[in-house]
Amino acid sequence: MPLTLLGTKLGMTRSYTGEGVSVPCTVVQVGPCVVTQITTPENDGYAAVQIGYGEAKVRRATQPVIGHDAKAGATPKKFHREFRVDAKDLEGFTLGQTLTVDQMASMAFVDVSGTSKGKGTAGVMKRHNFKGMFASHGNERMHRHGGSIGGHCSNRGNGQISRGKRMGGRLGNERVTVRSLEVVKVLSDKNIMLIKGSLPGPNQGLLEIRSPRRLYKTKGKKQAEKAKA
Amino acid sequence: MSTQQIIESVTADLLKTDVPEMEIGDTVNVHCRIIEGDKERTQIFQGVLISRAGRGISEMITVRRIVDNQGVERIFPLHSPRISKYEVVRRAEVRRAKLYYLRDRQGKQRRLREKRRGLEAVLAPAPAAPSAAPAQ
Repeated sequence: MPLTLLGTKLGMTRSYTGEGVSVPCTVVQVGPCVVTQITTPENDGYAAVQIGYGEAKVRRATQPVIGHDAKAGATPKKFHREFRVDAKDLEGFTLGQTLTVDQMASMAFVDVSGTSKGKGTAGVMKRHNFKGMFASHGNERMHRHGGSIGGHCSNRGNGQISRGKRMGGRLGNERVTVRSLEVVKVLSDKNIMLIKGSLPGPNQGLLEIRSPRRLYKTKGKKQAEKAKA
Repeated sequence: MSTQQIIESVTADLLKTDVPEMEIGDTVNVHCRIIEGDKERTQIFQGVLISRAGRGISEMITVRRIVDNQGVERIFPLHSPRISKYEVVRRAEVRRAKLYYLRDRQGKQRRLREKRRGLEAVLAPAPAAPSAAPAQ
């Protein structure tokens, strides 16, 4: 059953396995989230679950949000997200239900989405991993350039630059998804999950933690073992 | 609780509780567990503690010793499970937090002055006797 929870990135630390291998971990506060709306095929044409996370200041919240969350018996929430489920799985959710990190205890891997840190205007080397140009060999003031973007003969014969040509520009501050990250530890009493590796966005940033899709063979096997246990 | 405190509390159970009080300039024995296949043995690396860096679970120590007149430095994660034990063999009086100047010293200049001031206080947790080592 697909599941999405919202969380806050707290920072990074490390953990050790029994053999002494150091594992880099991101500490994420996951949930608790409240089911604020259930969309059904009869009513809305598709099946999905909407969750809310984070307390909004009541003074600052708008009436529509207050009313919407009050229907679920919840205080107004700062963030809302919807995730699709199969129509038959809708029975597993009730309006106003609290979803905690416990629901993810059986997951060996998760997918995480967030908004990456904004980098401002960046050159082609940073933005598209171009190699740049020579440091020497007679190179003058063209060290981090991308090179030629085309000419009269290669660009459709009229000098028009091909569409989608990769150049410098705004980098970061966009939605990034990282898939199949290992769950190192789940601390249900603190609503905290330790996820192996780095996650998009700054500390205190909002993250979506989802059940994994497209697990590779070995990871899929591990997931199956964990789900059984 | 601040974010930093939360992060530290998450790893609190992985911290070692039996690390002796080690100061910069101390000569320490680091007992490394070396795993070869399914066999495990302990190797002792003895040297001068020249740096402690980081905090909490990420703390690293640098130990320097002279092997065949050649300086060897090893950096250990203080809380690594690969290290079974630390022993303080000798304490020295130093005036720096990082003893990188030892890298430029030759011969007798490498020696550090033994700690004398407040000796009782320093030696209160007595350095482990050498006979205790094989018991492990």
